[in-house]
Amino acid sequence: MTKARLTALGLGIASAVLALLAAFLITSLVLLAAGDPVGDVWGQLLSWPETRNWTNIVNNATVLYLSGLAVAVGFRMNLFNIGVDGQYRVAAFTAAVVAGEAWLPGYLNTALAIVCAMAVGAIWAGIAGVLRATRGVSEVISTIMLNFIATGLVAYLLRQVAVREEGSNQIGTKQIPEGSRIGGIPFGDYTIYGFILIAAVAGFAFWFVLNRTRFGFDLRATGRSTTAAVASGISVKKMTIAAMMISGAVAGLVGLPILFGDAYTYGSTFQSGLGFAGIAIALLGRNNPIGIAFGALLFAYLDEQSNPLQILVGVSPDIVAITQGVIVLTVVISYELVRRYGVRLEQREVARALATSRTDEPEEVKS
Amino acid sequence: MPTAAPPSEIAVRLRGIGKRFPGVIANDDINIDVRRGTIHAIVGENGAGKSTLMKILYGVQPPDSGTIEINGEQVTLHSPADAIKAGVGMVFQHFMLADNLTVLENVVLGAEKLHGIGAKARAEVVRISDAYGLGIDPDRLVEELGVGARQRVEILKVLYRGARIVILDEPTAVLVPQEVDELFGNLRELKAEGLSVIFISHKLDEVLSVADEITVIRRGTTVRTVEDPKGVTARQLAELMVGSELPSPSTEASTVTDQVLLRVRDLSLPSDDGRPLLQSISFEIHRGEVLGIAGVEGNGQAELVESIMGMRPAATGLVELDGADLSGRSTRDRRMSGVGYIPEDRHRHGLLLDAPLWENRILGHQFRPPSVSHGLIDKRGARNDTLRIIDEYDVRTPGPDVLARALSGGNQQKLIVGREMSGEPTLLIAAHPTRGVDVGAQAAIWRHIKDARRNGLAVLLISADLDELIGLSDRIEVILRGRFVGTFDPGDVTPERLGSAMTGAGEGE
Repeated sequence: MTKARLTALGLGIASAVLALLAAFLITSLVLLAAGDPVGDVWGQLLSWPETRNWTNIVNNATVLYLSGLAVAVGFRMNLFNIGVDGQYRVAAFTAAVVAGEAWLPGYLNTALAIVCAMAVGAIWAGIAGVLRATRGVSEVISTIMLNFIATGLVAYLLRQVAVREEGSNQIGTKQIPEGSRIGGIPFGDYTIYGFILIAAVAGFAFWFVLNRTRFGFDLRATGRSTTAAVASGISVKKMTIAAMMISGAVAGLVGLPILFGDAYTYGSTFQSGLGFAGIAIALLGRNNPIGIAFGALLFAYLDEQSNPLQILVGVSPDIVAITQGVIVLTVVISYELVRRYGVRLEQREVARALATSRTDEPEEVKS
Repeated sequence: MPTAAPPSEIAVRLRGIGKRFPGVIANDDINIDVRRGTIHAIVGENGAGKSTLMKILYGVQPPDSGTIEINGEQVTLHSPADAIKAGVGMVFQHFMLADNLTVLENVVLGAEKLHGIGAKARAEVVRISDAYGLGIDPDRLVEELGVGARQRVEILKVLYRGARIVILDEPTAVLVPQEVDELFGNLRELKAEGLSVIFISHKLDEVLSVADEITVIRRGTTVRTVEDPKGVTARQLAELMVGSELPSPSTEASTVTDQVLLRVRDLSLPSDDGRPLLQSISFEIHRGEVLGIAGVEGNGQAELVESIMGMRPAATGLVELDGADLSGRSTRDRRMSGVGYIPEDRHRHGLLLDAPLWENRILGHQFRPPSVSHGLIDKRGARNDTLRIIDEYDVRTPGPDVLARALSGGNQQKLIVGREMSGEPTLLIAAHPTRGVDVGAQAAIWRHIKDARRNGLAVLLISADLDELIGLSDRIEVILRGRFVGTFDPGDVTPERLGSAMTGAGEGE
């Protein structure tokens, strides 16, 4: 690793740490202002989790990681996919229906359901991509609207296909047969979602496609400068649609760890709001697959540790939502500050290199 | 320099002004005296340091060294507000007017304290307009005004704020010839009233016709001040500007072959408001030929280049490269068939500023080795080839991993030229290939282009630098309002004749 890359990595870590410290400080100020016990809250939040809690943290982080990846694909091209929330719900519902019908045996059924989920997520996000490419509609607006439509659509379709769970008023899709469920990985007395392996593969694919392929180069180039991308021969319209569809396909995976590892059915109580957390996590992780993993773990950790706050300290766990929100703001500010510092640093280095080559110049002329 | 003038006659005196940016010396020991009641022109190539100097005089940037005296008093300008207080006003090349406000509203905006916003302000605007013959109606909406009138509003804004020294940055770049004449009339009125005008330009004919004194800047330093413009020719000024390194076309043997490489027929480009940006342009470039396009900026050069590159879907007409029809093909297809492209605006079209140099090497060449093979990025190949460009084109950088943003403009340009000359292009479209680079690098870029031409490269060259056009081209076409209006042989054309054709003065010949 060259010195320049080490410096870049160091700056990246420094900016994340800076952002977290600032967020913790602001949260403390909020607690102080409300008259809550600051020390006790942090004491609980920063206590070492037990195995059961760790299991929850890792499981939750798996889901958040996929959400963060989905958002990051868009961010790399300067597209703001706010619609991960709608995309994963449409997709998870589709997967639940397909898997529940069990047209194919065993894991073939699982694979088909996953492919269908990704395809539906891609199509749902693709609508926003096409609107942006052909009509110039801001993807921020269209994906938000598509979230609302997704909520209504899924609720409507659920009624059409739902079966009532025995001894309950809840409705949901047919249970996924046992042979098509994804088994857990043992972790102490508990198990971690087996889907975590698929999430890891998705993370690797994200890195490989973006950094090692021409397609990824085109995508990043378009994100950095649309005008330069056009001049270099990239079709920005095609890239816009492609990037949105890939983002949607990854978003299609978000609900699946829960579906195949825990719930086995898509019902009216299926977890919502995972897409919005993904935005914060992608920002925190700097759209980098490893960074997003850390971001997802941190958010899952805060969520899990905040659960007993009400009972133990008498403070609403919602304080963690404030922390998470503040992190988004401090992250944006601190990354920009560190970026500017990095550019200045580099300009100085270039100037230094230039100054030395200037003094060489007369000799070059002589020879 | 015979400084016979008593100090009281000097409106602005700059002594030893220096300014460095990371990696670049923008200004170095600049000395200028501007007399009261004169038009003082400052000429120099793009990147010679004119704009930096004017930003210093207008308080936008502090100088690293040197002193500024205004009306005999040494001043320190921390901001444009300080400059305005000292009586210095500036009219920028890009107008800063609110279209949906009236002239009066635009003028008083930000200067409400001077004469209020009512009848007093209106009376003052009318008084200034009459006193200097600007002919401005305070109640018209700015959006209804033409370019020339907008520029007069900008001048009025500056005078309204009490300026006695008016700086105009490339004021004629956006004007048509009649408007230029009107502007010069206005400037002479200002001069007659005892104001001093500093006129920045690189158009030598205009400078010679309006200026009382001319200071030439080259590579950030004052080369000479001409106190009697009648005693110099445009050619002499040009030589001062580039340091007598004007290439002489006669020594260069022609390499033009009879094989047509690029054929363009009836290329037209409509604009949104119906006025065509390009009107049935037809030309051919042979292997080994350099076709130069001369024209005042904004007459369709950028549109011509972008249409040939396939970046303007609305363009109609035939573009044929080496017998293959490229009309309707994508920009990537055109690049793949062997077109190199040095864009006019390197920041917008040429570079990814926040990407390292080796990634910038790939940009526009994503479809071929050494940087990409089988759809995968070859990082090592790209880095090695970037090192080659850094070496061959003397790009001043610590290495291929620094961000493009960290390089100075000239070094960015050298990287782009090196990149576009890679992969043995058959056609090079070069828009202002040496803009903003130093004289040494300019000579090197010219040499590279000439070498490639000898090997059969066809070049479409767009340049604002007439000497570059004359020195490099085998044939020059003049573009005016989106059409070709005249063909010149660089062997027997002068910058003066080209200049008059570019402004339409030669029309109907």
